[in-house]
Amino acid sequence: MEPKIPTRMGDGSLVEMTRSEIKADLEAGTQLAARRAKVPELTQDELDHLLEIYASAARFTAVDIGEEVVLSNDGTGTKHIGSRVADLQSYEALVGIDLLEFWQIDYSYKAIKVNVAHEGQGMKIAQNLLTNPVQYGAMPDLGRYSAPDGPVPNWSELLPLGKIDAARAAQEEALEMLLADIAYVAEHLVEAGSDGIDMDTTGAAGDADFLAALRASRTLREKYPHLGIEIGMASEFVLGMHGQLTFDGERLAGMWPADQVRMVQQAGASIYGPAVNINTGRSTAWNIARAITFIKPAMAVAEIPVHVNVGMGVGGVPTCVYPPADATSRASKAFVEILKIDGL
Amino acid sequence: MEGAHAQASGMGGMRAAGDLVARLQMTRRMRLQEAKAYLAAKLGCATRDLSDPVAMEQIRREKGFGTIAMTSTTHPGEPGMLEAKFNISEALAIPINCVERFKERARF
Repeated sequence: MEPKIPTRMGDGSLVEMTRSEIKADLEAGTQLAARRAKVPELTQDELDHLLEIYASAARFTAVDIGEEVVLSNDGTGTKHIGSRVADLQSYEALVGIDLLEFWQIDYSYKAIKVNVAHEGQGMKIAQNLLTNPVQYGAMPDLGRYSAPDGPVPNWSELLPLGKIDAARAAQEEALEMLLADIAYVAEHLVEAGSDGIDMDTTGAAGDADFLAALRASRTLREKYPHLGIEIGMASEFVLGMHGQLTFDGERLAGMWPADQVRMVQQAGASIYGPAVNINTGRSTAWNIARAITFIKPAMAVAEIPVHVNVGMGVGGVPTCVYPPADATSRASKAFVEILKIDGL
Repeated sequence: MEGAHAQASGMGGMRAAGDLVARLQMTRRMRLQEAKAYLAAKLGCATRDLSDPVAMEQIRREKGFGTIAMTSTTHPGEPGMLEAKFNISEALAIPINCVERFKERARF
């Protein structure tokens, strides 16, 4: 009888699977992703490599010495250590993070606009107390501009009514407001000494959300030639909530990571962060094969650093509050060794 | 979770040279291998040394890049934090925003 190996589901629960079952899940994960994104499946060597990483009872795994990558950390800290700057200091000194991020709990440029002077003061203090680079981060969060939270008609209500033109017009109006807010916040944080601006969970509201980040990046790059600009994605696929928006003549709706990274680098960003969401009902083996299959074509065309999102619920790390080290370290090793990523 | 990633695959931040490689990625948009090669050439070390806290402690102290103060090793007479970033900016030939702001506001 084939022995069972402890492994994780996408919700973090510990289960036991045989090596054959893990192998079958890896194959199913890559096959599904290949069909969805119309990209190649992982090669047999890559699947064998993943099987060695995942068909193991080891509590922890790691890359080889010398193969380490940059660890950026959007949303650095727990918010409960003492102060936000103390959070950053502890993550610099104790956790060993390479690129830190100052942020506030209402993680949206629209929300930060009204509090930007205090955010700038916090950044200035952080820059005086830390050696590591510290960027400022928030979400574009386009949906915040729609009713009832914002002034623009709610396109999610207009679309089911068949009011397509009105829904598109609302998104275009919201996009311009968001661009102004990102520029306003970025100007204050750069003035306070920030090493970079992160637009995190980009595309959460669809193609207009992604377009806002791209246009903001281009504007920031023209103004600040050496500023760190990171665009991290919300998911593997850009939803066509508008459907007709373009950047440099290319339609954004429906873009997978290989096209996303081309847009991000054309927009002048420094770092692209692909995100592939977890299916909690499938194993972490199935999820990692699916995620790597989606992102692999992006690595072939990337000219800028790629930092894969590997937080709770994305990039093969289970959707749970306290992701287990066994599952987290396996995702780390898999992305670094198979995709040769630039960071996490 | 961050701790697990840091131990599994991270460069160690300023315990080694992760902060310096990150700065090259941010400022010069260098991919990882290019950034590591550039930095190793600037520091006169092997790329493998960049994630080795023992090798980098010596290099950071020689170059004035700052080290983490620990119970048994503190260096209050050496550059730290903002002071270290002046040295990093010059040695790596990259502008660091807060250093440039400091020069401007201190009216250097």
